[in-house]
Amino acid sequence: MIRPTHPLLPTALLLASLLSGLLFGGVAAAYTLEEFEFDSPAQQEQFRDLIGKLRCLVCQNESLAGSQAELAQDLRNEVYEMMRAGQSEDEILDFLVARYGDFVLYDPPLKPSTYLLWFGPFVLIGIGAVVVIRTLLSKKTTPDQPVTDADRARIDELLNADQTADRDRPSDS
Amino acid sequence: MAKSWRFLIPLIIFGALVILLVIGLGKDPRKVPSPLIGKPIPEFSLPELTDIGRTLVDDDLRGQISLVNVWASWCSSCRQEHQALMVLSENPDFQIVGLNWKDDAQDALSVLRMTGNPYDRIGYDPDNDVGIEWGVYGAPETFVVDQQGIIRYKHIGPVDRKVWEETLQPLIAQLKAEG
Repeated sequence: MIRPTHPLLPTALLLASLLSGLLFGGVAAAYTLEEFEFDSPAQQEQFRDLIGKLRCLVCQNESLAGSQAELAQDLRNEVYEMMRAGQSEDEILDFLVARYGDFVLYDPPLKPSTYLLWFGPFVLIGIGAVVVIRTLLSKKTTPDQPVTDADRARIDELLNADQTADRDRPSDS
Repeated sequence: MAKSWRFLIPLIIFGALVILLVIGLGKDPRKVPSPLIGKPIPEFSLPELTDIGRTLVDDDLRGQISLVNVWASWCSSCRQEHQALMVLSENPDFQIVGLNWKDDAQDALSVLRMTGNPYDRIGYDPDNDVGIEWGVYGAPETFVVDQQGIIRYKHIGPVDRKVWEETLQPLIAQLKAEG
């Protein structure tokens, strides 16, 4: 006997597997937070936010929040201790920047040495726009060449030649 | 503008971009410049690896030129540079101070027993307390500290003959001249 299958069963299975993925994914990502205790969910949120802004210097494409490197663990502890000691987010960021440089920040600060980074793209777009506009304008301002009698004669000749060719061609139909 | 060479402009821009990218590729992204260059050494106090009862403090780095070498027994590049450090340890112009970083004292001591000890003194920093203060993010790293206790240079990666001859030696000669 064929068991009746609920029409929504495949969808339900898919949803269940997606949900469990989310669930276990969440567990795997939260490993670093479990060893830290917080007074309030807000403080935990602040910590999570802070370590997400900081780069792990060993595995440079990971934040402190995502990195398994030992150095990242040390720095997470440091950030945690500083937070528990009541230091503000800016104080903690300044502390790390003073030791490891701007590179620990995922978001590069705006200062003279990073002007090129921040404004370079806009300057390039500006230059591009000027070039495009100038090209377009210069085309418009080129005066039309007056048509000379010789041109007309040539045009007539070409048009007539074309018509003759049309007439002489055997019909397709 | 003469029209004859205008077509070269895109080519020139392309060439400039290629040069820029080639330079970019040649750089090692792992070498992050230290913001501590030109700053005084951070205050610290560590037990000495070879004599846990004694303490190494920041003042021990003042009054003479020091190479501060961050190393650990688990670090294979440190073994690579060990021989170079042994040779440098005979140079009277500076002291070599070790920072034994995130290591186990027994492992570290047995490495020194086997391969020799190039260090005048070694701070033992298993928990990375001083390492963070110095912005250490890997081993080996070598700082050059002048007589006034100002960090003048940081070398990331093993010290070898080339690094010594091209960078460290001229710098130390300059520091010596400055007094």
